Amino acid sequence: MNKVMSNKLLIALYISPALLLVLVLVFIPLILSGYYGLMEWDGIGDKTFIGLENYINGLQDMKFWSSAYHSFLLAIFSTLSLGIYLVISFILASKIKGSDLLRKIYLIPMLLSSVAIAQLWIKVYNPSNGILNVFLKQIGVENPPAWLADPSLVLFAIFIPILWQYAGFYILIYYAALKNIPESLIEAARIDGASAFQIATKIKLPLIKEVVSVTVVLAIVGSLKYFDLIYVMTSGGPNGASEVMASYMYKLAFSSYNFGYGSAIGFLLLIITLIVTFIVRKLTTPKERIEY
Amino acid sequence: MKRVGYFFLYFSLLVVALFQIVPLLWLFIFSLKDNREIFAGSPFALPSEFRWENYLKVWDGGIGIYFFNSVWITTLAIVLTVLFASMATFAITRMRWRLSGAVLSLFIIGLMIPIHSALIPLYSMFLSVNLIDNPLGVVITYTAYNLPITMMILLGFYYTLPKEIEEAAVIDGCSVNRMFFQVILPMTTPVMATTVVINMIYNWNEFVFVNTFISSEKYKTLTVGIQNFIGQYMTDWGAIGATLIISVLPIIIAFIFFSNKVVEGISASAVKG
Repeated sequence: MNKVMSNKLLIALYISPALLLVLVLVFIPLILSGYYGLMEWDGIGDKTFIGLENYINGLQDMKFWSSAYHSFLLAIFSTLSLGIYLVISFILASKIKGSDLLRKIYLIPMLLSSVAIAQLWIKVYNPSNGILNVFLKQIGVENPPAWLADPSLVLFAIFIPILWQYAGFYILIYYAALKNIPESLIEAARIDGASAFQIATKIKLPLIKEVVSVTVVLAIVGSLKYFDLIYVMTSGGPNGASEVMASYMYKLAFSSYNFGYGSAIGFLLLIITLIVTFIVRKLTTPKERIEY
Repeated sequence: MKRVGYFFLYFSLLVVALFQIVPLLWLFIFSLKDNREIFAGSPFALPSEFRWENYLKVWDGGIGIYFFNSVWITTLAIVLTVLFASMATFAITRMRWRLSGAVLSLFIIGLMIPIHSALIPLYSMFLSVNLIDNPLGVVITYTAYNLPITMMILLGFYYTLPKEIEEAAVIDGCSVNRMFFQVILPMTTPVMATTVVINMIYNWNEFVFVNTFISSEKYKTLTVGIQNFIGQYMTDWGAIGATLIISVLPIIIAFIFFSNKVVEGISASAVKG
């Protein structure tokens, strides 16, 4: 038995397709990205080694920092919105009739492509014929804004479809965590005279702390990587007001053919994501694991 | 009092449900109208005449070929991903070798990679081996990037399979290959179904790889195709609506039939970050 299951040739045969694909297409490009960042390169011609120039330029590039600022703003919005999802999940988990169906309805936008979502919301925000402004005019707002063309509004306007897309996902996760709490714990608290609000905040919330911490990491890291929806809806505009890190990197490489500088920005994106993941994990992970 | 509170809570849940569903409902309604009716009438009024010809028009106008590409690229990538992930998970959880733990952590790290950081090097690698503007480049990229999450979903199931299965198979003189393909793999059907559904959603909706690697119209998938297509029909709202509905329909149908698998897979994919 042991001999058969530790046959080196067979192990190599079973592991290598997956391992090779991940090494060659995921890990090697990441390392190359850091390396290309040291080059001046248009993607087609020869590479010229220029040392850390691209990275130094990146750190002094106001456009990069403004895109990073937008990414971090989205990360903060996303994290704050987790509070809404938590409240909804608490209501949903409190023996509401039809909660199963509601959860599935909430999930539908999550299944759609970001391109379809972006195109749909471009229409929702259409200044003259979108449902948002049609509705606003009906309730008496005279000059509703051109949402996606207004630099001071565009980031909020983009955040609404993000909220729409991910609500079902987070509600699903919180709901599952809440349903995992043993009924006996809640029953005991109720017998001791705890109110529904006390049970929610003093018992249930601490018990799902670990799940909340995971979702905070997901929301923040996900926002830092955000690309598709913004690229399609505004492609960073108007005038850079909705540019995020990934869309800035993408434009540098595939619109301006600045592959060396684009790689450096891509590598900075990786480093920032890893540092933020590490910090958020450290800050939010509960000290002791809760067992029940 | 209790009744009022209950009603209020229920009402707030329904408001959220409306927020999630109303934009899609509006999309479906205007996909069956013409511009005159969309711009003049009330947004949620039913079309005076159901203009299914909007759908026919966009399907023949180019969406058909994008749809077909999405189907085969998604399917091929699913088959490769689930097969390779199952083989690797089998090797990691059931076979004995020293580096299995290290290899597993490599796949777990793969979950956290921002794809944009790898995009430029991938592009230049593919350029040198003729995988740019080649759908196979997209297929292997999907496979590589979905392997980690697929393995995470499979892992738990593989750990719970009893050791006695292999023991019995080995005693019966069954080879490892036959054991894997004829005993283990069929036993993992339920969890494989979950990974298939999750891979289907990811691949069907993927945008940035196709947008970067594919330039010929004949190879584009729906996500990228509808992007250009909508440029062409910019002013014809009915056509745009029909295009969007066609692009999301397969996922919605899959969700209606396999909603539990989708829920399972999405919960499991929460580890992805």
